[in-house]
Amino acid sequence: MALWIIARVTFLEAARRKILWTALLAAAAFLALFATGMHYQVRDAHFTRVPPVLRYQILGSILQIGFYAIDLLAVLMTVLTSVDTLSGEIASATIHAIATKPIHRSQLLLGKWLGFAAMIAVYVALVFCGVLSVGYFIAGVRLPGALEGASLIYLECLVVLTATFLFGTWFSTLTNGVIVLGMHGLAFIGGWLEQIGTVTQSDRLVTLGILSSIIMPSESVWRRASYVMQSTAARSLDLSPFATRSAPSGVMMAYAVFYLLVALFAALHHFRNRDL
Amino acid sequence: MSPEEPLPPTDHLAIETHGLRKVFGSKVAVRGLSLEVRRGEIFGFLGPNGAGKSTSIKMLLGLVKPTSGHAQILDQPFSSVEVRRKIGFLPEDFRFYDWLTATELLALHGRLCGLTPAQLRDRVPAFLDLVGLTAHRDRRLRGFSKGMLQRIGLAQALIHGPELVFLDEPTSGLDPMGRRLVRDIIRDQRKRGATVFLNSHLLSEVEITCDTVVFIKQGEVIGSRDLHSSPDGEVHVYVRAHNLRQEILPALSQWTTSAELAGETLTISTRSIDALPQILRFLVSAGVDVFEFTPRRFSLEESFLKIMGEDQGL
Repeated sequence: MALWIIARVTFLEAARRKILWTALLAAAAFLALFATGMHYQVRDAHFTRVPPVLRYQILGSILQIGFYAIDLLAVLMTVLTSVDTLSGEIASATIHAIATKPIHRSQLLLGKWLGFAAMIAVYVALVFCGVLSVGYFIAGVRLPGALEGASLIYLECLVVLTATFLFGTWFSTLTNGVIVLGMHGLAFIGGWLEQIGTVTQSDRLVTLGILSSIIMPSESVWRRASYVMQSTAARSLDLSPFATRSAPSGVMMAYAVFYLLVALFAALHHFRNRDL
Repeated sequence: MSPEEPLPPTDHLAIETHGLRKVFGSKVAVRGLSLEVRRGEIFGFLGPNGAGKSTSIKMLLGLVKPTSGHAQILDQPFSSVEVRRKIGFLPEDFRFYDWLTATELLALHGRLCGLTPAQLRDRVPAFLDLVGLTAHRDRRLRGFSKGMLQRIGLAQALIHGPELVFLDEPTSGLDPMGRRLVRDIIRDQRKRGATVFLNSHLLSEVEITCDTVVFIKQGEVIGSRDLHSSPDGEVHVYVRAHNLRQEILPALSQWTTSAELAGETLTISTRSIDALPQILRFLVSAGVDVFEFTPRRFSLEESFLKIMGEDQGL
């Protein structure tokens, strides 16, 4: 019961954050730009002379850019809205009024996590449907694996959210933000190294990429999402810089879930035992 | 339930601690706190800045884990989550999500304490009224002054009818009317049988509110005082007279703990008010012409300063 009370108030708290509305506005602005660009691309005189099969694949690849942008926005929004929910409330002593109620600390942390997870689900659903709608209604592109792709983007956000919670039980708001965004940046660079290593057949680069994914699996989850939302033809055509040349395996997705659970357990354990 | 609904009477202790100790790194915040708080009393917890008061309260409330020692609250281990259903807490400088209205805040805290929707319908308006915030019930906390936040904080601490209430500097930020309101609320808590654990720097407030006080220094109890049942407490007497002489001081020592002569002024201290007639008779029989003989009990502030000693700086 207390868990759901905390989840509800956290959802309402998160929904009032200016950063959420800023991220929604940014997503809306991006979607408007993206829709306009797609509109003109579809009607471009030269482009209409491209064979329909190839044209369809090109438009599908452009959609990947859209998904990449909303994925980045979703990750940033996840970190920025949740970064001070624990460390900020501990520093300001706001948490004292709640933590002295008949509620286990694990319920308090899990309630907050669920509140943010719900808010992120709404955000991801909205912006994902936005890009999907641009693809369908303007370009007439229907992506394969859209639901799986959306689920994976959501999983990526949950991994980032859980890492933010974990470090929030240890560090101040600023340090926490730097650590989580730094780790996501590391995973991003590692992902590119892995892609380049695949093309140049450099085992060392691929290993570096895999190592970075083990430290922070968020980027590899995105690359898997991108992969499942591409048709087989688009994958072979390499039409965009976001075309995935080496898709992380199902094992890596299982690792991401395992990583999330371990991080959540570690956050619960440390939060239960720390002084407030 | 109204704010004044009585609790069932009991003889047990509300708080019992033995050697509660907290060390942060190399700094000993609480050396070894041992105290007993009787149920139904208003208990003052006094000490200078840095004495370990806040850490002690946080340990009792489960916010800070003690390094060693143990404690019982309302006959249950102090770390029990269930016991917190019977505890209310007003933190110093109460603050909360400022987008909540006063009504929403009380409803949230009431729900966390297990109140049903029907109980909340009764209690939320009753407690808003109790702390004088009915007119502001739909206003968001971000528009509240510090005093208003203290009032709503007090209401959230009491809404579930706790058996034990911790008030950490409840009158800080309050105007004289607000302080009087807090005093009245504390007395109402005593009337309904609740125990109040009060941490305040306003010794005059503590003196007129509390039944018992303990003095804490460097995380240890170094003294206590029963503010109601100690008529034999130390008494100061100010004497203004002619013919006061050093020779009479040794004879006075049979009744006094200290005597100081300065010209026509004699200041003495005695442990019992019963000794005063004998002292006066002795002075007159010794040929002293007494113009003024004024007994004065130690104020809490004087007791505090005497027990704590000189300010050593922070």
